[in-house]
Amino acid sequence: MVHLTRKLLSGIMLAAMLGVAAVSTQANAATLHMAWSQDATGLDPHKQTAFSSLRLLELIYEPLVRVDASLQIIPAIATSWEFSKDGKELTFKLDPKAKFQDGTAVTPADVKASFERILDEKTGAAARANFLSIASIDTPDAATVVFHLSQPDVPILTAMSDVNAAIVPASEIKAGSIGTKAVGSGPFKLDKWDPNAKEVLSANKDWAGGATGVDGIEISVLPDEAAILAAMRTKQIDFALLNDPLVATLVPKEASLQLNRVPVLAYHVLQLNPSRKPMTELKVRQAISCAIDRQEVLDTASLGEGKVTGPLTIPALATDPSQLFCYKRDVEKAKKLMSEAGYADGFSATVIGATGEPPTAAAEAQVIQSQLAEIGVKLDIKMMELNVYVDAWLKGDFDMAIALNGGRADPYTMYNRYWTKSGNLQKVANYIDDTLDSQMQKGRAETDPAARKAIFAEFEKHLAEISPWIWLYTSYSYTAQQKNIAGFVPTPTGTLFSLSKVTIQQ
Amino acid sequence: MNYLMRRLATFPLVLLGVSILVFVAIRMVPGDSITAMLGTEAGLLTPAQRDSLAAYFGIDQPWFVQYWRWIGGILHGNLGISVTYGRPVLDVILERFPLTLELAILSMIIALAVGMPAGIFAATHNEKLSDLGVRIVAMIGQSTPSFVLGLLIIYTLSAGFGVLPAMGEFAPLWQDPLRNLSQLILPAITLGFAFAASVTRISRSAMLDVLSDDYVRTARSKGASARSVIWRHALPNALIPVVTLSGIEFGYLLGGAVIVEQIYALPGLGRMVLDAIQQRDYALVQGSVLFIAFNFMIVNLLVDLAYVALDPRIRLGEQ
Repeated sequence: MVHLTRKLLSGIMLAAMLGVAAVSTQANAATLHMAWSQDATGLDPHKQTAFSSLRLLELIYEPLVRVDASLQIIPAIATSWEFSKDGKELTFKLDPKAKFQDGTAVTPADVKASFERILDEKTGAAARANFLSIASIDTPDAATVVFHLSQPDVPILTAMSDVNAAIVPASEIKAGSIGTKAVGSGPFKLDKWDPNAKEVLSANKDWAGGATGVDGIEISVLPDEAAILAAMRTKQIDFALLNDPLVATLVPKEASLQLNRVPVLAYHVLQLNPSRKPMTELKVRQAISCAIDRQEVLDTASLGEGKVTGPLTIPALATDPSQLFCYKRDVEKAKKLMSEAGYADGFSATVIGATGEPPTAAAEAQVIQSQLAEIGVKLDIKMMELNVYVDAWLKGDFDMAIALNGGRADPYTMYNRYWTKSGNLQKVANYIDDTLDSQMQKGRAETDPAARKAIFAEFEKHLAEISPWIWLYTSYSYTAQQKNIAGFVPTPTGTLFSLSKVTIQQ
Repeated sequence: MNYLMRRLATFPLVLLGVSILVFVAIRMVPGDSITAMLGTEAGLLTPAQRDSLAAYFGIDQPWFVQYWRWIGGILHGNLGISVTYGRPVLDVILERFPLTLELAILSMIIALAVGMPAGIFAATHNEKLSDLGVRIVAMIGQSTPSFVLGLLIIYTLSAGFGVLPAMGEFAPLWQDPLRNLSQLILPAITLGFAFAASVTRISRSAMLDVLSDDYVRTARSKGASARSVIWRHALPNALIPVVTLSGIEFGYLLGGAVIVEQIYALPGLGRMVLDAIQQRDYALVQGSVLFIAFNFMIVNLLVDLAYVALDPRIRLGEQ
């Protein structure tokens, strides 16, 4: 028996080692092997909002326009665009070379059908709220699309750069196959999708943007980021997306690997609920703002990987956060504000957070808990599964919430959901005043960039002063790559679109 | 035979109970398929948009209607359609199950092959230094979480030796046995380590019990060799608790080893269920929990039958 066992075990070990040796030498120069820890959740570009879904769909589908690394609008399916003088008409000229992956040309009719699909309530498109100013769409000739708007709407162009506004074939909409079959006009075709395991993409030879740098991309879902790093060490993976700063900071220690990091538009924030006592009191909210050391939260929870921010995270519009209300910690002032509000002895509240989303959520809550304890605020931390958290968050059912909220390339699109009177997420923000609402409406209609910047600077200053939320910091988006991968351009939106031009050096 | 029939007859009842439990439990958790897909962006939907998505996900009907439809489908052999995979639930489960089964078998082989000899060795060297050594290793094995061991193995192999089995693309056994084994051996060791530790401890104590029994003393006094006393007389009786433990552990493993599957990126049942819960893929969660419960019942039945084989004195089903 013992003898047999020994034989069996050594057999297994030998086979395993042979296997390890056999598989560690795989190499296919023309295919980019990529990994991420969270997979896409679906293929309908108009319905998907998960980070990984958007990153995958951006490689398959194209919107009318894109934003580049400096967030400037650049051509995609449309080669040019123009607002009419009154700002109520937006005209696009389409690229005559643009083709869907089934070989048919992208026509104005496809553009019209795509936007009608987004606007149709039956679709359930999350981005619909950004396009409500579209009154009608005209297709005067084979290369032109005209959007007639009910009111001047400058941010709509930025909203159109999102893959949630991707152009899909009218024929596929009619067939009802959007979401089950991916037919876009982007640089890659989806050959295979095994949810939560693998995606196989191959180059779209007909792409109007020219030849891609690799023949294909194979994306593996490796749920543990430490395992992704291990797979990169052994050269199984060429390129990876990382979320956890603790793993990302280990990448530069590997000689063959390179870490790309870029500040993103998303922001870490402590959301107060100004509809609940005592956060109804301006002075209490301000006291919380003064008692929090944002840099310490960043340093402790995220190893200093990021930058303290005010409400505006868009580089071209952001102001110096040190000039904002109480961005330098002042515990004495905080205590004074608390006693003026009648809470000299402090109060108790609960803060909610989602487990692992972001990975730093629990640590942020703990640092804030200890900082607020100094002014007598006793915080009870409640970490929840992401979906449970989202449910509570959407209902506004919390005293305070640790959140990582997504950013947009335009401040109106980014914040109109919270800080306008008709915002869809007013019940989450639970605070609005006339100043905020009028600043947002002015910013929406203003076409002069300098004047817009001034409007939104005032908006930011006011928001920091009334402190419905305590903006903390923006972090980085991380990608790790082997050093022989060339041409990847990280951007603040987190898009992986530049993988279309990436090459693998021998 | 009678016993077997009676046990099998209880299966549908137990499964009905499980079906109600899982159906209600997954719906009691806040959040639904819509928030799972859209996250916080779900707040931008109008009521009409929400209704239309609810109809798409099949969650627009009252609970009892949804349950009735689901149970009706099961009676016709249809576990429903997974919204994540866009395919029948049973297809998705059967695609994942072979890996889970293989992993469970491999880790059980490792556990028994290491644990039983170690336990018997410790029992026959009771209170000696070598016994202490085995017990300490077993204690470490039982108290090391699988994620610590798994990450330690991955880190040591990749950072120290620059090798690692291919991760991400899993090769089924019948397509590429060598590659398959290379991908499964480390997870099986990770799982088998703690399993082996339990087997060691239980076989040691069972063996010690049996070795002090009268019949063993009798065998010894009749001049049976030490080897024969242990392997022929004592071991079969000491096996019963080991079979019980292994059966329960094996049943658990058939439900998928979530953490190990996460770390090694294995497309097994455990990870599938976890993802399905996170994505609120109700049909898939319900279907796979039923499937896992069914497996558990089969394993339990087999364990009971194994008792009879090991000890003819046991008569199943008799009062």
